[in-house]
Amino acid sequence: MAIVRLRGPLKRLAGERSEHAVEGATVIELMRALESEHPAADGWILDERGAIRRHINVFVNGELGGADTAVAADDRVDVLPAISGG
Amino acid sequence: MTELLLGTRKGLFVLEGEPGGPFEVRARAFAGEPVEYAMRDRRSGRVLASVTSPFYGPKVWHTDDPAGDWEQASGIALPEGGEAALERIWVLAAGEADGSIYAGGDPGVLFESRDGGHSFELNRGLWEHPSRPRWQPGGGGLCLHSISTWPGHPERLAVAISAAGVWLSDDGGASWRNGNEGLVARYLPDDAPSDQIALCVHRLHRAPTRPERMFMQFHGGVYRSDDAGKSWQNIAEGLPSDFGFPLAIDPADPDSAYVIPLTADTDRVTPDCRVRVYETRDAGASWSARGGGLPQEHAYLTILREAFDWTGEGERLGLYFGATSGDVFGSADAGRSWSTLATRLPPVLSVAAS
Repeated sequence: MAIVRLRGPLKRLAGERSEHAVEGATVIELMRALESEHPAADGWILDERGAIRRHINVFVNGELGGADTAVAADDRVDVLPAISGG
Repeated sequence: MTELLLGTRKGLFVLEGEPGGPFEVRARAFAGEPVEYAMRDRRSGRVLASVTSPFYGPKVWHTDDPAGDWEQASGIALPEGGEAALERIWVLAAGEADGSIYAGGDPGVLFESRDGGHSFELNRGLWEHPSRPRWQPGGGGLCLHSISTWPGHPERLAVAISAAGVWLSDDGGASWRNGNEGLVARYLPDDAPSDQIALCVHRLHRAPTRPERMFMQFHGGVYRSDDAGKSWQNIAEGLPSDFGFPLAIDPADPDSAYVIPLTADTDRVTPDCRVRVYETRDAGASWSARGGGLPQEHAYLTILREAFDWTGEGERLGLYFGATSGDVFGSADAGRSWSTLATRLPPVLSVAAS
């Protein structure tokens, strides 16, 4: 399973744990599984359409990925707010 | 003691003070995040706030103490798997039924809570209205920004959407009809169909002692309805501009309304470099400027639609508004005199007084 790493409010909503072993073959599958395992985080990463929120970035082994980016066992997946805002 | 809940671009500010006296910041919550609107439910004492994280999306939160911990309300989301996502919750309003709280937002959606704001459900009647595919967003999005209840009649509701006009319900929101007769949109062609619903309402309020009377600030026009929102007549003559966003009323006087005009839709600042509130006490037949104590030179302020509220009524009517400059002003005598209550806050998006 890949290791999903969370910070800030996402870490708090996911039981105050920063690292989570999550099953899935793509980024979007991991995010669905993560929100499902931690209902308090439901809707914080994915919107109602099932898309990753516009200003959330997901990195796979340090490289910016997208919803369909493949994820292998032992990959490191970081979920971070984008550099944006005002 | 009067409490002002200020939604700002950078968090919720709670101001407290005696009417006519100085106000102080008692608490700040959601630091750094846009707080669109906050309200205190006078029945339960609970405070609700809508917060739109640029990262994590729109949420509604509630607490008994705004300086303490907040809990996220459930159900503030559109149906999963559809083509739309919730963009923002623009406004919160107490309903007439016990525990009823409404939330209005973008894209033109209404939610209702029946448990005081712990959980919400999407209003399906409005969400599935057959005309929805023709609804167009205004500059701020397809925002449902005004929710007018009818005292003693929870089944009667009016909501306003920019830019999809006024919507009325007599069955608690199960079904909706539009109430746009008489509204004239200068941004539409003269030969636009008469059932046109692309109407940019900016703010709507009902006179509680005569509930069939409503006042509206429109995108070019100030209107009054005497038939519960079915039809409207323009009452803007006498104002320096018929453009603006917010609106307030004196709940004791169904002939009263207050507006804060801006120069024009192409120049959204207070006219003539000065800040003045305009009051009518004859249902819009005439308007009087109320500017004593407000900035009267080199003042280019923008006051947004949710950033004007009131407490009390009659001679003790308190009026409060905030500007995107971060200034907050108040009057404890129905607008005759004003004082500055706060400066250098983040841009003020909303004001709720209690």
